[in-house]
Amino acid sequence: MSTALGDRIDSSILDRWHPVAPLEELKPGAIRTTSLLGQRLAIEVDADGNVTTTAVDSPGQNLPTLSKYCYLWVCLGEPNVPLFAVPEVDEPGRRILHAGTIGVHVSAPRAVENFLDMAHFPYVHTDILGEEPHSEVAEYQVHVDPDTNDLWATDCVFWQPMAATTSTTGQLTDYLYRVPHPYCVILYKTSPIDERMDVIALFCQPVADDYIQANMFLCLLDDENSTSMIRNFQLTIFGQDKPILENQYPKCLPLDPSAETPIRADKVAVSYRRWLSDLGVNYGVIPA
Amino acid sequence: MAVAISTPLDRANAMTRWHPVATEHDVATRSLFRGKLLGHEIVVWRADDGFVNVWENRCLHRGVRLSIGSNTGSELVCRYHAWRYANRSAGCTYIPAHPADSPARTITNKTFPSVQKYGLIWTAHDPHGDVPNIPVLDRTILDDTRGSDDVLGLRNVAVNASVPLVLEHLAQHRFLPSATIGSSSDVGADLAAADMTADVSDYTVTLTATSGHAESTVVFFVQPVDSARSVIRPVLAETASNPTVILRHHAAALARFVRSIESAAAETAAQAPMPAALETPVVLPTVATAVGRSAPLRVTVRRKWETAAGIAAFELVAMDSNTLPTFQPGAHIDVHLSGGIVRQYSITNGPGETDCYRIAVKRDPASKGGSVALHDDIHEGDELQISEPRNSFPLRRNMPHTVLIAGGIGATPLIAMAQALDKNRLNFDLHYFVSNADELAFSELLTSFGERFHSHIGLSPDKTGEQVTALLSAPAATHQVYACGPPPMLDAIRSIADQQGWPGDAVHFEYFENTNEIDQASTFSIDLARSGLTLDVPSGSSILDVLRSNDVPIVSSCEQGACGTCAATVLEGEPLHQDVYLNPSERAAGHTILTCVSRSTGGRLVLDL
Repeated sequence: MSTALGDRIDSSILDRWHPVAPLEELKPGAIRTTSLLGQRLAIEVDADGNVTTTAVDSPGQNLPTLSKYCYLWVCLGEPNVPLFAVPEVDEPGRRILHAGTIGVHVSAPRAVENFLDMAHFPYVHTDILGEEPHSEVAEYQVHVDPDTNDLWATDCVFWQPMAATTSTTGQLTDYLYRVPHPYCVILYKTSPIDERMDVIALFCQPVADDYIQANMFLCLLDDENSTSMIRNFQLTIFGQDKPILENQYPKCLPLDPSAETPIRADKVAVSYRRWLSDLGVNYGVIPA
Repeated sequence: MAVAISTPLDRANAMTRWHPVATEHDVATRSLFRGKLLGHEIVVWRADDGFVNVWENRCLHRGVRLSIGSNTGSELVCRYHAWRYANRSAGCTYIPAHPADSPARTITNKTFPSVQKYGLIWTAHDPHGDVPNIPVLDRTILDDTRGSDDVLGLRNVAVNASVPLVLEHLAQHRFLPSATIGSSSDVGADLAAADMTADVSDYTVTLTATSGHAESTVVFFVQPVDSARSVIRPVLAETASNPTVILRHHAAALARFVRSIESAAAETAAQAPMPAALETPVVLPTVATAVGRSAPLRVTVRRKWETAAGIAAFELVAMDSNTLPTFQPGAHIDVHLSGGIVRQYSITNGPGETDCYRIAVKRDPASKGGSVALHDDIHEGDELQISEPRNSFPLRRNMPHTVLIAGGIGATPLIAMAQALDKNRLNFDLHYFVSNADELAFSELLTSFGERFHSHIGLSPDKTGEQVTALLSAPAATHQVYACGPPPMLDAIRSIADQQGWPGDAVHFEYFENTNEIDQASTFSIDLARSGLTLDVPSGSSILDVLRSNDVPIVSSCEQGACGTCAATVLEGEPLHQDVYLNPSERAAGHTILTCVSRSTGGRLVLDL
């Protein structure tokens, strides 16, 4: 199976870990099916809670798995790229939460690019993450970390009327974006109640090249609000993004810089597309 | 059972034909209609001036369907980032993420021509000829004694079948003459009661049902949506007195037709969908711009009138098109007059009014002849040459309140701004200073601003200063100021704003009489290694401008230093990078330059062009 897949899908994707299920949804004694990179998978949990994942089309061969950051991760190729670190999960006083999973008919890179985008806040997340006429995207910085090869956007600032569940008023919110994986993106943003930053991440499961399960992972400095309130907040936000994402076409992200029309505010999106090209990613994208 | 043998649609031929893509009811006021023609998605929308726009249904920025955006009546606003596109020209007029910038003219959506006929909206990719004339429908329109042009549009239906298959089956379709339709909605057996004759052409089937003396003709236009999907748009060639009964009869008859043809279509070989992407790349407008950028536009004076004492207004329309290039509020055009005189005038239009430009010219006997020539020598029907609009006075729309201060004829760009702010539902006050009340230009527009318009008449310079001081007495982080007028007044406003503590970036001026603003940027030369040319890049021009005006081929897209399309290789010299595309190491290496924004640190660059 891997050989045939390897002909079509570059190792930059095939050899990486991808999330396939929230751990809290894996119940002992149950079999769950899903798809990853177009391959059907069966996830079986025995009575003792041991998880085995197999490809439906080549049963008997157990796939390598990892349980981390609230999700079960699977690798369909050679698992020689370690899963990225999120050091904040080990900090005291943080709340770690799987906020929800939403199926979206779009490629993973389109979803990541949307997650990296501040300019849509006043129009798509009106009166929550942005409000008119505060529409300007101020200059920010983008770099690739030479050690980890993570893509970073730093010094991002945006006016937000209600940045988090703990907000009581509007604030100029500081953002840092980190892309440690072609289909995963982490946002660090000003906490209304702590000097440290909230961590909000999107881990996409590439079900197919134009369909994802979008997993929202949180590592928050919020010990006040109920889990359901925090989940509802995140689901509200993502529910606003979904119709936009599903009306983008082509659904795969074009990597040719002239295929769409970037502006200065899209600096991180431009860099993300180039970063994907440099990695050799050929799934969920239209290569340049 | 008939097994349909159907030839595929001749797509190349279909691209040259006009097709109906919507009904006139689909393009209701302030609505957006999503359609598809030959595999390409389109958005169809009617502006308040009646013009029906047919565009590619895709925002140039990130590919979001424009049909989920909003129709303001003059512009289409994308739902994702609120980029605004003008009626008719489809040019982008505002990008909210960068309030201080004027969008590059290359950011123009793909448009298709539109014609309204027989109650339908027609469009074409590459039309050869006109929308088909259907004599039986034309006769109905002529014969209609009520003087309306109503033929009756019947219910449109979409079917999962190719156009050839639909035409083949439509030839066998049956209905009853209008006069013999009973009140029963059961169309079953009595359909056989009428004699049918059929006339089939490329995309149209005309059927006539006869029963005794009763006769009705329906023209079925068939829209090729995709290789295996069509929309049937039937039009009844009579002026119906009881439309409800007729509509119900035809809807029921067509519903049976759809069931029958879709089961037939399911038995034919599957056809690959047509390509969804336009063959023309998205960057096409850039290429067009590269050719026509500096060519003057020929316009006709459609209307000339005295809008105020000593001020003539001119309404200019394109000679060969119903659309002029996109402009933004604050933009001006150069008007070329005899004797090589060139004068700049602000466009006073509201957003999306791209069918004409309206300018106002104050008679200035002391001038070198520009204003006098326009007043005395240019009349309605005369031809003029103008430049494309340029904007050195862009209106930021990221402040809740804007104070517009106009002195005399300097009101013209501010009148355009007031209309844009009004359409954007942003607060503003327009203060207009004149010597006499009869000098207020475009008074009908001013009246429409209601309480937001304030006139200040006959004030001395000192009194004007006092009034401006009062207007600017309370600087607020939520306010911005735009001022245009004679230089002494602007100098006074500038110093008053400073004294009152307004931040410099909240107060914007256009020195109306100093229209040739000099760009302070560097001058240098470029050697083109492959072309063997040496060219000077003067201040105010980009390398890209200079390359284009010397016919050196180069493609560009965003023209903001973001997309990397216009990159050139640097062989010698050190680029002064002003883009956001190149990464730090590429910048440091200095081997690449984005010709749209970047310049030279020294006097010379050698480029591999």
